[in-house]
Order: sequence, then structure tokens, then C-alpha cells
Amino acid sequence: MSTAETDTDDIPLFAASRKVYPQSVSGPFRRAKWFILLSCLGIYYLLPFLRWDRGPHLPDQAVLADIANGRFYFFFIEIWPQEVYYFTGLLILAAFILFLMNALAGRVWCGYLCPQTVWTDLFLVVERFFEGDRRERMRLDKAPSSLDKLWRKVAKHAVWIVIAWWTGGAWVLYFADAPTLVRQLATFTAPVSAYVWIVILTFTTYSLAGIMREQVCKFMCPWPRIQAALTDDEALNVTYRYDRGEPRVSVKQGLKLKVQGAPAGDCIDCHQCVAVCPVGIDIRDGSQLDCIQCGLCIDACDAVMAKVERPTRLIAYDTETNVKRRMEGLKAIYRPFRARTAIYAALIVVVGGAMLWQLATRRTADISVLHERAPLFVTLSDGSIRNAYAVRLLNKRPEIRPFALTVDGLPGIRIEAVGVAPTADVRPVVIVDPDSSREVRVLVTVPAGVPLEASQAITITASDLFAGETVRATDHFMAPGAKP
Amino acid sequence: MDQRHDAPHIDPHTGIATTGHEWDGIRELNTPLPRWWLGIFYASILWSIGYWVVYPAWPLLTDTTKGVIGYASRADISADMAQLKAQRAVQAAGMTDATPAQIKADSTLFQIAMAQGKAAFGDNCAACHGVGGAGAKGYPNLNDDDWLWGGSLDAIMQTLRHGIRVAGNDETRVSQMPAFGRDGMLKRDEINAVANHVRELAGLSTEPKAKLALGRKLFADNCAACHGEAGKGNQEMGAPNLTDAISLYGMDMASLTETITNSRNGVMPAWGGRLDATTLKALTVYVHSLGGGQ
Repeated sequence: MSTAETDTDDIPLFAASRKVYPQSVSGPFRRAKWFILLSCLGIYYLLPFLRWDRGPHLPDQAVLADIANGRFYFFFIEIWPQEVYYFTGLLILAAFILFLMNALAGRVWCGYLCPQTVWTDLFLVVERFFEGDRRERMRLDKAPSSLDKLWRKVAKHAVWIVIAWWTGGAWVLYFADAPTLVRQLATFTAPVSAYVWIVILTFTTYSLAGIMREQVCKFMCPWPRIQAALTDDEALNVTYRYDRGEPRVSVKQGLKLKVQGAPAGDCIDCHQCVAVCPVGIDIRDGSQLDCIQCGLCIDACDAVMAKVERPTRLIAYDTETNVKRRMEGLKAIYRPFRARTAIYAALIVVVGGAMLWQLATRRTADISVLHERAPLFVTLSDGSIRNAYAVRLLNKRPEIRPFALTVDGLPGIRIEAVGVAPTADVRPVVIVDPDSSREVRVLVTVPAGVPLEASQAITITASDLFAGETVRATDHFMAPGAKP
Repeated sequence: MDQRHDAPHIDPHTGIATTGHEWDGIRELNTPLPRWWLGIFYASILWSIGYWVVYPAWPLLTDTTKGVIGYASRADISADMAQLKAQRAVQAAGMTDATPAQIKADSTLFQIAMAQGKAAFGDNCAACHGVGGAGAKGYPNLNDDDWLWGGSLDAIMQTLRHGIRVAGNDETRVSQMPAFGRDGMLKRDEINAVANHVRELAGLSTEPKAKLALGRKLFADNCAACHGEAGKGNQEMGAPNLTDAISLYGMDMASLTETITNSRNGVMPAWGGRLDATTLKALTVYVHSLGGGQ
């Protein structure tokens, strides 16, 4: 290999993209993909219309990202902007689930669930309807311009744009009350941002699912690279069983070879696996970055094998280890319980459990205290020292709640809130509206004669007078400090 | 035909001609601009010509071209300001007729007043009193409960509207403490005696050789008319309480001597003519709510 001919100058760095014409196919994997496609699209388009009663003060949409009011609703869960870490947790969980899927059965996400796959499949149905299957499409593209070609192309793109428009249209429904927004969109009275987002998503859907297709998976998506680094020899992947398939010979030639006692593989080199491939690769070249593992080549190959009366699953979900074992005459083994799957599963349980625990035990009230800095403290005429704080109380319940404020930490310390009348026992009671927050200016005073450092800790407590929930926050109490 | 190149060099991998330049074996593909890009480029040029005609564009020696529709961004600002004023008029409608006390009692009006008051305070008052009203030597701290002219809503409004020692304003706050030393009313040792007596009134240490009896007599003769026999002050006359823990100019001997010798006459502008009635009310409520309101 170390001859002068292996000069990198001769390896072309540029590869022009080549249009892929996937052929239609039928079989169990194709049926599974149809089922998943319909389920995913059904959920996506219908979920915004699902209602969930949250009482009179809150929206009744089951899944709603209420950007204007800073709330996210998911069935019984309501998330405030400061709880955005739940989304972080969700993303971490999603990553681990992806890793586990990958360790068990390869790129299940890419092949069946990824929106890029689902919408590309949908767009291919439209393309097939207007332009026919693989051969007709190839012929049509090569044919000179004609009225027939024109109407087919125009109709296809028009339907694509309509689908893309509805994709964007469904997307914006997650950000406003869906039935209202649909009415507004139909009467052209919706907010401008809704139309802008629909146009953006129309464009992305049309270009990603209609024009770019497999190029997205091959060049834009980071997952193939990550997947390639994460996979191992024991993971199930869509695999060409070359132990069985090689050498590739035609049916006739195979019979001849068998008579002679020479080796003949099951692969008859019919190229059906290549014809149906949505990313335009040859699975027989082995595991590769471009393969999204949709399983359509399995369906195609099985149909051919059945026709030539050979056992099916020449292409199948299998592991690299098993191919090698069979070549050595050993029995195939499947080990779904491996160190990595156990670790991923454990991590999923830990992260999911931590999130559930956090969600189940989270408070419905919160307090935040900000010490005012101009001035840090005030000396009153009787020599007592006073500090001011901006106290914000959060009420995450759908009802009005009164919070009584108290303060601890120093002898004789007392609290008052500007613009809030105190109760009989001198605790200021701050009324907070349902599902909202309220900021009050709070004055904390320590009488003269109490020895004070330049800064000491105090605790401000807010107690719900109805439900008894108590939240507290610690902050500094500033004073002139020890001065001569 | 370019004389330097007989035939364009074709890149073997892409089949595209190169520019003919070569740098250490590296050639540049002569890839033409995409047509859509070129189209947008020419369209932009055409657009810019239209823009010159319609909008202000070219700088001239002393002026600029104005454009045929007479657009100016200054007009936009005027419109925005007018809109803001109209909006504020709607939101603060309730404040026009309400007294500061009524505003303070109404939670909606109170919130508006606090927001408006804070903004107005930052614009007009913070230069002397500090952003949070913390004050400084000679500029009262508005957070505490010690008031020269009273800390009720009405008293604060009065001070805001007419200011302190504003020439030509009949209702302005005026108090005139004599410059006892400068005008020769007290001698140096007498001033020292009075200063020591003031410190005694405030519960502070006095100098070992202080003539406290003389100080007490001089204070009764010269100071008590305004500050009171016990030095408790009088808000009617703007005379500060000398016995509490707060002082505007300092209670050390040097500061007291300076105060008695030369007097202090702080001033504050009258805001009545400068700010509208609603803003004045908002400022009154804001200052009253800083913590010292009475």
C-alpha cells in the first residue's frame, strides 16, 4: 500500500449530489413505518385541540406554551420560566433514551421517529401519486419539458407547500388557544407573528422534506456522527449478512456453481435493496454513516428471497458479532443486557426519577428577596437601623392566596410592607392573585442598642394563611457596623 | 482574448475552468456567481436608486437631499412621544382628581404612582438626593423618618411644589439661621461653648474643658427660639431636631462650629412650575413610600 500511486491528489474532494429515487416497497417494516407515521402526524396535528380543565383562571389547552404570560402547560404540569431546568432534564433524559435505543437496536429514531423521516415519507407519497414510482420518476426527470411534465411537477410542489403550510399552521397552535387561533387564521385576523412563523415553517418543511431530504441526514444532522461513536459490535443494526450473501451470483449461475461444489451466496445482486433505499446507499457495503436504518431494504430483500425460494432475512436486524460468529461456524448470540445498556437504563431511571421526585414535591409558592442598595441601610431618628428589600412572592396556585410576612434573626427585629396593611398581630399580609407574582417593598427595622456587625443574616418568611404553606429566604441586614 | 492564456485551465475533478492564477500549485475555480445571487445584486442596485429619490439620502455641503415623500425620523419620534403621552393620560386618568392620600389607598393607582414617581425621581431628584433617596451631607436622606419640613403627604407635596429658599416664591420653605460667627454675634469661645452644649443635648461626649453652663445660657438666648429649649427642633420653622440620631451636616465639633459660625442654607428648586400636577403627586407618593412617610 506504500507505493507512489496512493497519492491523495487523485482522490476527488468534491462529490456532486445525486438525486435519489426511492422505490415503493411493502412488508412488515413498511407497515410499521406507516403506522408510526400516522400516529406521529396524528398526535402533532390534533394535540393542540385536546382540552384539560385547570379552573377558571388558567387556559384549558392540554399542551400550551404561553409565551406572553411566561407559562408552559403540559396536562397537569404547569411550568414557570424559572423552572426551565425541567426542560434541561427532559433533554438529558431524551439523550439517554436515544443512547439506549442505539445500543439496543441502532438508529430507531432516525429510521422511524425523526420528523425528517416522517415528513420525507409523507412528501414521497405525494411525489409518487403525481409522478409515479422510481422508474417513472426517473424517466419523467430525463424527459424534455412537456405539458404533462409541467402539471405533474406543479401539482406535486403545490401539494407539498399545502402540507408544509399545515405543518407550520399546527406548530403555532401550540403557542395560543388552538380553536381561537384557527378561527383567527381562517378570517385573517391572527397575530402577525403567527403568520410569520407559519411562513418560516412552511419554508423549512418544504425545503427539508421536499428538496433536501437525505442530504439533511448526511450533512446537517450531528446524530450519525455521535451514533457512529456510540455503537458497538453487539448492537442490533440493519445488516447485510455477508456470511450468507457472498459471493453474489445470479440464480442460474448459482445452480451451476453449486453443482460444481463451488461457493455461491444467496445474494442474487438484484439491487432491490438499493432501489428502495431513501438515502440512496448500498447496505451491502456494510454499516455506514448515511444509513438511517429504516428497514425498507429488509422488506425489499425478503420479497425477492421469497420469490427465488430462499430463506428471508438476508438483510436483517443483526449484530456484527453474529455475522463473524456464523462465519466461524458458531451459534448466533444476542446480548441485550450489556454494561452499556445497563448504565443507560440506570441513568434514565436516575434522571427520570429525580425529575419526577422534584415535580411531585415542588412548592406552589416561592419567595425571592433582593436587598436594596441605595441606601444599604438607614438610621432612624431614634437610632434604630432599617434596611429595605424588594420581596417578590410567587403564587403558583389557581386561587388568591394571602401571605403573612415575618422576619427572624435579630432581637427586636420587625417587618412592615409599604402599601400593605398589617393584621392585628402586626404581620403584614400580602394578597397575591391566582397564578401570578407580586413584588412589595419591605422595611425591616432593628431597634437602637442591638449590637450589629456591618452585615448579618436574617430570614424573611411568608406563610400562606389559608393552606399553611411556608416559604423563606435568607438575606443580609446591613448596618453602620462597629464604629468609634 | 486574453493573451496570457492560450486555453483556460480545466480542473480535472470538477470540470470547471480555473481563473488561470496559480499560487504554489493552488488554483482558484472560476465558478460564476449563482444567477439568483446576481439577480438580487442587480435588484438591490435598482432598489437603491429608488431609495435615493424617495428618502433622504445624499449628504450635501450644508444639508442633505430630502427625498420626495419628505420622510424624517424626527417626525416618528414626535408621533411616538405623543402616543406615549396619550397612553399615560389613560393610565393615570384616575390620578388627575385623586389626592396623594387617595392614590396611596388605591392599589392600582399606587402602583402607577410608584412607577411614575420612581422615573421622575431618577430624572429630577436623584442628582442631589441619590438614586434611592439616600441623600448625602447637606442633602437629606428621604428614607429616614427625620423631616425638616414635615413628612406627611401634604407637607412633602408643599416642599416639592414650592421648593426651599426659592427667590420670588411666596410659599417656599424659608428658614434663616443667623451666621453667628461671621456676623460677630458670638465670639469664638462662645461658639465652642454652644457646640459643646448641642453635643450634650444629643447625648454625645463633650470636650473636657467645655463651658457647658455658658453654652446652655447662650443656646437659650440665641437658639431656643427656633430649636426649642431641649433642642427638639420645630418643623413649622424648618428647625432641625438636634437631639436625634440623624444630622444633615454632621454633629462633630468641626461641623457644628462651621454650622454655628457661617450657618447653612440648603436650597431645593420649586418643582411646581416644572412638573405637571400628576407627576408631582406621583413623586409625593413615591417619596412618602420610601420609608419615612408620616
